[in-house]
Amino acid sequence: MAKGIWIIVEQRNAQIRKVSLELLSQGRKIADETGEPLVAVIIGHGIEGLATEVTAYGADKVIIIDDDKLSEYTTGSYTSVLNKVIREGEPQAVLLGNTALGKDLAPRLAHRLGVGLASDCTGMEIDATSFLSFIRPIYSGKAFAHLTSNVRPILATIRPNTFPVAEPDASRKAEIVKETATIDSNDLRAILKEVAIAASERPELTEASIIVSGGRGMKGQENFALLEQLADVIGGAVGSSRAAVDAGWRELKFQVGQTGKTVAPTLYIACGISGAIQHLAGMGSAKFIVAINKDPEANIFTVADYGIVGDLFEIVPLLTEEFKKLVG
Amino acid sequence: MNIVVYMKQTFNTEAKIVLDSNGKIEAKGVNLIINPYDEYAIEEGIRLKEKFGGEVTVVSLGESNVQAAMRTAMAMGADKGILISDPALENTDEWARAEILAKALSTIPFDIILAGRIAIDDCAGQIAIRLAEVLNVPSVGSVVKLEVSGTQATVTREIDGGTALVEVSLPAVITTTKGLNDPRYPSVAGIMKSKKKKLDVVTLADLGFSAADIAPKMNVQKHSIPSARKAGQKITGEAAYVAQELGRLLREEAKIL
Repeated sequence: MAKGIWIIVEQRNAQIRKVSLELLSQGRKIADETGEPLVAVIIGHGIEGLATEVTAYGADKVIIIDDDKLSEYTTGSYTSVLNKVIREGEPQAVLLGNTALGKDLAPRLAHRLGVGLASDCTGMEIDATSFLSFIRPIYSGKAFAHLTSNVRPILATIRPNTFPVAEPDASRKAEIVKETATIDSNDLRAILKEVAIAASERPELTEASIIVSGGRGMKGQENFALLEQLADVIGGAVGSSRAAVDAGWRELKFQVGQTGKTVAPTLYIACGISGAIQHLAGMGSAKFIVAINKDPEANIFTVADYGIVGDLFEIVPLLTEEFKKLVG
Repeated sequence: MNIVVYMKQTFNTEAKIVLDSNGKIEAKGVNLIINPYDEYAIEEGIRLKEKFGGEVTVVSLGESNVQAAMRTAMAMGADKGILISDPALENTDEWARAEILAKALSTIPFDIILAGRIAIDDCAGQIAIRLAEVLNVPSVGSVVKLEVSGTQATVTREIDGGTALVEVSLPAVITTTKGLNDPRYPSVAGIMKSKKKKLDVVTLADLGFSAADIAPKMNVQKHSIPSARKAGQKITGEAAYVAQELGRLLREEAKIL
């Protein structure tokens, strides 16, 4: 009996994260090809209204676990409630986004369920013998591991931007099931006191489809305003190389590379970045790479789809004007 | 305070990855380092010891040569080490490795277990969190600030777009990330002392595991190397032309803007 593909839908303040829509969209395709139902699981507080949205993105069934104790993510409580519904529902596969939440929750949940976990996958395909197979970057993208599991459920976290978001279909219908949360004192040994989200009009680096990034060639903190202006015209995020972080020009959370964030945007514009192997590991899976650098020998040009040898201080403001015309 | 640090030896970040004739990751000729995220864990463990007293035990899984990385941790200030070394580890998954580690730690009292949030080789970030589950203690991941007071720790953890402040009761597992501290370099005196520190090497049989106990739940079918990205086209000319041409290519060829 097919028990389905389950997507753990991540929401923040009743806003569904884009990666969850990506997983629902891809989950729908797999559901259609395999005949498995697609189940969306939404955890939080004041989230019942999200059932309509996940239905439009393909869910056949929506499991809602709404409790004021679940309004913010904590490892213990989310692991407990998911462990319970998964044991009862016996899905074939459970997919999460490889977000801060997914990275923290999935290993603990996997271990409580006694199963494996494919972390941070950038590929997922239907497999004739194991239902699904996964591809995940190792050595920060310098190699791939190809994984399957014959233990059920199969758990995987999928990197944001791996799959496109499909058009929602408002005519779809789904069964809605409400489950109650059971949280015991063991789940409350780590308590969330406060969440500080930096106010930003720009998308989160790991979810952004366009990233404008700066390195040593930016020459100073103040010059990043040029990149911010360019990013804002095209709805991009602003990243940086390790050199710019080590110089104190940018905060650590904006660092792209082997010891920073790994990103997979549609477009990555590298400005004044030499292209060290550690940086390429963090952004090498971008669909298109633009490099602007004074040094014609810079390593970044070996991976750039479009390379511009020149002065970024001259070119970036012109690009901002040009993109404004194009998208305006 | 009893502090345990789970650490790993990894390839240098500069390492180029190739496959050997069996399709496995070629380790020959690669420089090995302490996983960079584990350095923050080692440093934080030593700072806790310096503040509260006690000792730091480093624990690792891997081949005999991992002792080099563990001696470096001892030269920084860790007191002793346990290396679980066994050829059968090669085919284990994260589930098994967490079970093995938990067993090795079963006779060691701990108030806190520190580990890097991810290892830069397998990039999975699972074992420390799974270990917390096996040991039935809470965990907090990707920590950039840690303050211990009695049997409580107040930690700041990185989340997408910001930070979260978490209070956790000890014992607990904490995974560390860049920003927590600046790991020290071993001093010459530290290096001399490290040579005399206790480093136990144990096998899976010593821990009571048979091959069947640790059969993987997630199987690696194969490894592959991404096809190298090729350099695309250079856009040359006056700055104004270059900007216009890039805009055109992104719209017409890449179909982005």
